[in-house]
Amino acid sequence: MDYLESLPRRWVTLYLPLGGFLFVLLFPFYWMTMTSFKPDAELLSRDANPFWIQHPTIAHFEKLLFHTSYPEWMWNTIIVSVVATFVSLIASVFAAYAIERLRFRGSKSVGMAIFLAYLVPPSILFIPLAAIVVELGLFDTRWALMLTYPTFLIPFCTWLLMGYFRSIPYELEECALIDGATRWQILTKIILPLAVPGLISAGIFAFTLSWNEFIYALTFISSSEVKTVPVGVVTELVEGDVYHWGALMAGALLGSLPVAVLYSFFVEYYVAGLTGGVKE
Amino acid sequence: MHKFLDNRNVLGLLFMLPAAALLLMFLTYPLGLGLWLGFTDARIGRAGHWVGLENFESLLDDALARLSLFNTLFYTVVASVVKFMLGLWLAMLLNRSLPCKAFLRAVVLLPFIVPTALSAIAFWWIYDAQFSVVSWAFARMGVIDHYINFLGDPWMARMSVIIANVWRGVPFVAICLLAGLQTISPSLYEAASLDGATEWQKFRYVTLPMLTPIIAVVMTFSVLFTFTDFQLIYVLTRGGPLNATHLMATLSFQRAIPGGNLGEGAALAIAMVPFLLAAILFSYFGLQRRAWQQGGGDK
Repeated sequence: MDYLESLPRRWVTLYLPLGGFLFVLLFPFYWMTMTSFKPDAELLSRDANPFWIQHPTIAHFEKLLFHTSYPEWMWNTIIVSVVATFVSLIASVFAAYAIERLRFRGSKSVGMAIFLAYLVPPSILFIPLAAIVVELGLFDTRWALMLTYPTFLIPFCTWLLMGYFRSIPYELEECALIDGATRWQILTKIILPLAVPGLISAGIFAFTLSWNEFIYALTFISSSEVKTVPVGVVTELVEGDVYHWGALMAGALLGSLPVAVLYSFFVEYYVAGLTGGVKE
Repeated sequence: MHKFLDNRNVLGLLFMLPAAALLLMFLTYPLGLGLWLGFTDARIGRAGHWVGLENFESLLDDALARLSLFNTLFYTVVASVVKFMLGLWLAMLLNRSLPCKAFLRAVVLLPFIVPTALSAIAFWWIYDAQFSVVSWAFARMGVIDHYINFLGDPWMARMSVIIANVWRGVPFVAICLLAGLQTISPSLYEAASLDGATEWQKFRYVTLPMLTPIIAVVMTFSVLFTFTDFQLIYVLTRGGPLNATHLMATLSFQRAIPGGNLGEGAALAIAMVPFLLAAILFSYFGLQRRAWQQGGGDK
């Protein structure tokens, strides 16, 4: 009943706290951007007003793009994220359809197992996984990441898609079965077109999760040319005692932009995925 | 052949195959292998021998391991409580009638989208001992006379990493709780108003009970993420100063990968499992309240 509220009261209870939240949540991004365009002299001066740039420069970006392996890291991150996302989506579509619609013997417990797999955090898996990756000869290759990322993507995507498939009426499938459609035709011609929003949600979510992954990429990769952006920026740009803050912030900004842009196009799907995964 | 493929059990297994193969190979097997490694003296490049509980015994005697347990619990409890309270507050603010609500919601979630390792670098710069913008602002306002040593002092460092963690986690909690708030029927609030309930009573007796199931799930995830957090600490402090911010995950990484002692690292990782199980069970029993809230019988 917001209309009963007086304007000053609304300012104090709503706009001021909300403004505070927004300021704190967005400030690091503002600061990242400011820093990455500032010349070094300005960065290390305590007198100038740090909130604005006197002489903007793109020197840090130049350094990053032409004097470090940053473009390679970016390329690696893109390849790894895209492949991991597609592999996981395909595996998850089949798994979710089997669990939710084929209802084979034991599908209930498989569904539960998938949910439990979702709860296994990477930080307790990376040590044995490192041993396996070395054993398989995948250490220091992109394959190590493309094959291990699905372990946290498949459980999430399957769980999300199970929810979507559940919302598609059974009658549609029964009609198709009576008309003589095979399971494969039902899946590709009826279920998948209806589940497109779910596929987008799961895909966006999986992509951002792979883009943000850190501990596996840090453990399984050691050569600079195979690193992903988060790991490359943290391990290669931070060398010695002199921090190149401008280049670091430029790297952080460029590395965040792709996910932020993708997210801005699919906000609704992303939020649906996030809250759907929690609500089920 | 056709008939065979129509059998739902056969087809079901066939459809499960890709997911099951990947998960068994890279999730179930490593889980078991990790358990086994915890009881061996394996090092990188050398298979281990069974040493029984030796790793766990040495961890119990290890002051650093105990400190990391304390740090992890402190980090998890404080960060989760703060995230919950701020997240709930933010969710309730966003649930009111606002101009450009969808846009605000999208913007709020940004800290959660951006790679944590990269936003942690921004925090590292904000916490810089000499050029921190926070110190600059406070010094200009006259609140402090010398720059704050954010990451140099043990308790200051603990607080600083918790703030960074809260910054990243609040959007997740807020957006999930907002989704829960939107499912609460306005008629409940109208009924409460007619009965003369105050704002606090409406919050306490309508909002909170209706939200409990979602709170339970969201907070379980939040606790899981926080307890096993790695990248924020790795980027901001690498466990320092004086190991004051070493979490179990960062310590197990340090022991196992740069230190080469896979067995001990795995033992530390296993030691995290009971705590995670406790958190999950806690949420499971929280979820049990769902039945009566939706008009079913109390279980």
